[in-house]
Amino acid sequence: MTAYITKRLLIALVTILVASVIVFSMLEIVPGDPARVMLGMNATPEALQALRDQMGLDQPLLVRYFDWIGQLLVFDFGKSYTYNIPVRDLIAERVVVSLPLAIMALALSTLIAIPVGIFSAERRGRMADTLSMGAAQIGVAVPNFWFALLLVYVFAVWLRLVPAGGFPGWGAGAWPALKALILPAIALALPQAAILSRVTRSAMLDVLGEDYIRTARAKGMPRNVVLWHHALRNALIPVLTILGLQFAFLLAGTIIIENVFYLPGLGRLVFQAITQRDLIVVEGVVMLLVAVVVLVNLLVDLSYAVVDPRLRTSR
Amino acid sequence: MTIIADEPVPEPQPGFLALALRNRSFVVGALLTLFIAGMALLSFFWTPYDVTRLVVADRMLPLSSAHWFGTDQFGRDVLSMIMIGARASIAVALVAVVIGLGVGVPLGCWAAARGGIVDEVLMRFNDVVFAFPALLMAILITAIFGPSATNAVIAIGIFNIPVFARVARAGALAIWPREFILAARAAGKGKARITAEHILPNIANLLLVQGTIQFALGVLAEAGLSYVGLGVQPPMPSWGRMLFDAQPRMMVAPTLALFPGLAIVITVLGLNLLGDGVSDAIDPKLRRQR
Repeated sequence: MTAYITKRLLIALVTILVASVIVFSMLEIVPGDPARVMLGMNATPEALQALRDQMGLDQPLLVRYFDWIGQLLVFDFGKSYTYNIPVRDLIAERVVVSLPLAIMALALSTLIAIPVGIFSAERRGRMADTLSMGAAQIGVAVPNFWFALLLVYVFAVWLRLVPAGGFPGWGAGAWPALKALILPAIALALPQAAILSRVTRSAMLDVLGEDYIRTARAKGMPRNVVLWHHALRNALIPVLTILGLQFAFLLAGTIIIENVFYLPGLGRLVFQAITQRDLIVVEGVVMLLVAVVVLVNLLVDLSYAVVDPRLRTSR
Repeated sequence: MTIIADEPVPEPQPGFLALALRNRSFVVGALLTLFIAGMALLSFFWTPYDVTRLVVADRMLPLSSAHWFGTDQFGRDVLSMIMIGARASIAVALVAVVIGLGVGVPLGCWAAARGGIVDEVLMRFNDVVFAFPALLMAILITAIFGPSATNAVIAIGIFNIPVFARVARAGALAIWPREFILAARAAGKGKARITAEHILPNIANLLLVQGTIQFALGVLAEAGLSYVGLGVQPPMPSWGRMLFDAQPRMMVAPTLALFPGLAIVITVLGLNLLGDGVSDAIDPKLRRQR
């Protein structure tokens, strides 16, 4: 068990480290001088040099890399070239939109997909199964941002139930803020739910063929106890794996969906930063997202051991 | 010796097409895919209207017999735009799959053949790439080199590499302990040659199925990237960009947002069904489980 956890932790650390080298070196090859970007074309050579010294731009590559890593460890992502405020503050401002959105979408997708998957597995080959898996097949093919547009048309333009976009901020109260996140969350969740329900169904089908399920049924366990307790728990490993991967896709998905709904989240921040060539912001957000993806996958790996006691000893 | 080594592997080849044609997913998927591919091909020779000509008088026309899907804000025929847009989707996704196959499969096969430290290092590197969803990669690349279809291809292609590497490795690992491989080794063939002559033909089916899945994901990713402006650049029509342009005009012309989206759904659905059909036909045993 300890060996398993240690190995996973090490892998996660190495992954983040290698990712940081990739991000750092990619932004290193960008043509252009950050000091020039910050001060504009009319800056005097003296001012440019002063800023370069202040930012440490003339230091050797390795020194700058380790400086950067050291700052990242204390959540110092540097200062935005264009906003001239710490990237950390920019991120903090935006994360309160993106993170609730991703979590809402993940929760929604799980709440829909797992019951549907179990339900179809139990009724394999019957009408309900065919219909729900047909719907899932289509759901997988629907791009979330297009689905978002359709939702906006129906619920915001046509029925006028929710705003078509924008975000009032959490300061405006929890309900108006949540209301602005409902459509984006649904748009993100449904295509993911389609994938997850297919995975849940096939994992359940594998388990439902096992002898212990027949035994449980034969000794008269209620149907739902067999399904939700005996079967689901054993089918959970592939489901958890997909959930971990989905979180990565959801985070990436929020970046696009935020653009559909004009939500001031990390995605909007990154796109503005790209157009303004504010690379330090891009660097910070990408590193943060990569770290989150790695951490979530680490948690998934660790949760295997919780779900499946056999893994605690065997690995 | 060579007779043993070249003993035909139990191949699903005989009757594959016959099996596939009896499979509903395969037939529907193949028809949808052929339809989209045919439309893209046709667009090279003929489209109902010339999309490079902007006709201001014909702006935002509703659906009619002259313009089946209406016209956009520049008076361009939406059907013609969708036909040409299919090219971008197919080209980007296809090249990205080729990148994934071309780099990922050799890496996966190498990891399986060598095992040990090579395997461990390659698989860990896979984990690193997996930590960058295609969109993040595209954002990084675009931030540096600027937006273009090529950069979208590279971003999606890079994300495909670990996917194919994993599939190839897992497939190859299952083949290596088989008897005919042992025979080939006894015959003195090297690992590279065994991989090329015996492993690859045996994992080709797996790769084909994964290829259709990644193709479908590539179409979705390309649409997403073009929608946010990181993919195919105007004036070259792309489905994602058409949706972006349609968004502010949804009040007046909701159909502008309808048809490009449907085109994406049909393409992805077709490819996914095709992949399901192929894997069913290759391994009928699996079908009962699904």
